[in-house]
Amino acid sequence: MRYYSLGNYRDNRLVEVKGTGMPNNKLGKQTLAFRTRPEVLGTGSVVGVKEGQGPLGKSFDIVLEEDMFGEKTWEGAESKMLSESMRIAMKKAGKTADQVDAILSGDLLNQLMSSTYSVKEFSVPFLGMYGACSTMTEAIILGSVLVDGSYFDTVIAAASSHYSTAERQFRMPLEHGNQRPPSAQWTSTASGSLVIGRSKNPHFCCTYATIGKIVDTGMTDANQMGAAMAPAALDTVYRHLLDTGREWNYYDRILTGDLGHIGKQILIDMAKNLGIDLSPAYDDCGVLIYEKDQDVHSGGSGCGCSASVFAGPVWKSMMEGSISKVLLVSTGALLSTTSAQQGGSIPGIAHAVSVEAVY
Amino acid sequence: MAKKNSSARNESEKKRQKKAYEKYVKNFTPRPKYFSNSIKAFIVGGSICMAASYIQDGLINRGLGKSEAGSVVTVILICTAQLLTGFGWFDSIAKFAGAGVIVPITGFANSMVAPAMEFKKEGPVLGSGAKLFTLAGPVLVCGITASVIIGIIALLK
Repeated sequence: MRYYSLGNYRDNRLVEVKGTGMPNNKLGKQTLAFRTRPEVLGTGSVVGVKEGQGPLGKSFDIVLEEDMFGEKTWEGAESKMLSESMRIAMKKAGKTADQVDAILSGDLLNQLMSSTYSVKEFSVPFLGMYGACSTMTEAIILGSVLVDGSYFDTVIAAASSHYSTAERQFRMPLEHGNQRPPSAQWTSTASGSLVIGRSKNPHFCCTYATIGKIVDTGMTDANQMGAAMAPAALDTVYRHLLDTGREWNYYDRILTGDLGHIGKQILIDMAKNLGIDLSPAYDDCGVLIYEKDQDVHSGGSGCGCSASVFAGPVWKSMMEGSISKVLLVSTGALLSTTSAQQGGSIPGIAHAVSVEAVY
Repeated sequence: MAKKNSSARNESEKKRQKKAYEKYVKNFTPRPKYFSNSIKAFIVGGSICMAASYIQDGLINRGLGKSEAGSVVTVILICTAQLLTGFGWFDSIAKFAGAGVIVPITGFANSMVAPAMEFKKEGPVLGSGAKLFTLAGPVLVCGITASVIIGIIALLK
């Protein structure tokens, strides 16, 4: 087994785990170091009509002509979007389903039905992931662990969400007439997949991952999810920088999942109070995916949001060479319909994974 | 005892932090446009009521009794709202007019047709049938309860 050098990181913690002959892969408190550099081999992104009309529309692999995707139900459409994005990612990575050792996927629906239906045709070992909208980084982290630990050679990390399935499960029927508050966010109809594996000439690899803690602000308003998640995102980013010893300006892009316009401003402001000026490299997938005049209020949300933005536009600019170091911080608001009705708070979570060029 | 005190203190500290954070978040949250929303609701809601009165007067002029004419107008409003919901236009109208179309009986009609359409795929009985009153049900229960209480008060007076 060949271990790559850790580059810029002053690694004084690369010590052997007692008596095993294996290096310690934990950095600081919450960060994993992927010593063997699991590589992102290919990505796939499928988005709905509204997302296609947004500013990033041209950078996705498939933009649907109608959100039903030729299926009978919205749920069926979401499953099909997810399996389609996996198929594209596999094709780009030059892999067939037989060569994939495991699929780690998640979505927002009860019992992860979209993921379950979407992977059944591949007949590949499957692990369902749930981290609300942070699912994508959760899947990438665990997928990278599987590859880095040489348990598996090739895995798929994927996540999806669909406006119409999420709306009927969490909120109101689609045709119900109501006015949404300005802080509400729009669940993205989107799915994104990553094939993580190894190749002879590694290009873009997962190098570090920081597993986030649950940060509960006590907020109870389900229309204020950005504000509920922002402290969790800050906690994870801050912890990531501490653990890896990196400066905040090390990354070309720091992308949070779906804080939206409000959450983004809160995160920037809170980081400023800690002496970190995030603004030049920092942006939010929920802000990027829609134009302000698309009637989405505070921006996009849903696990498909960060999944598709990373698998589509961000990956495209990495391939074109305009950016090479990205910290993806998908954020999740871990609420359920029951907890919301009982007046419970909305616990926030965020996981970070750094994907960067390895030379 | 000391432990209890400290947990109570923790609790109040948590509440204070929550309040402080909510206040902090408010700085970043745009306020709903209450004034323009009210104007829109007033104009649209008012027009609906005006049109309804106009139809009612017309029906009375054609020889219908006042209460029958009222019932017919209600049916017309409900049917129109249901039709608009079916065509998928009601939600756009409601987004603009807000309380102007949600508070009158049109909103009630919409709140029954919307779930009926949404849960059609789950079948006519366990889907539409079961979900038909998910939005309207609470309104009915609270509305009827309130009217009973007010009725009793009126009786006692």
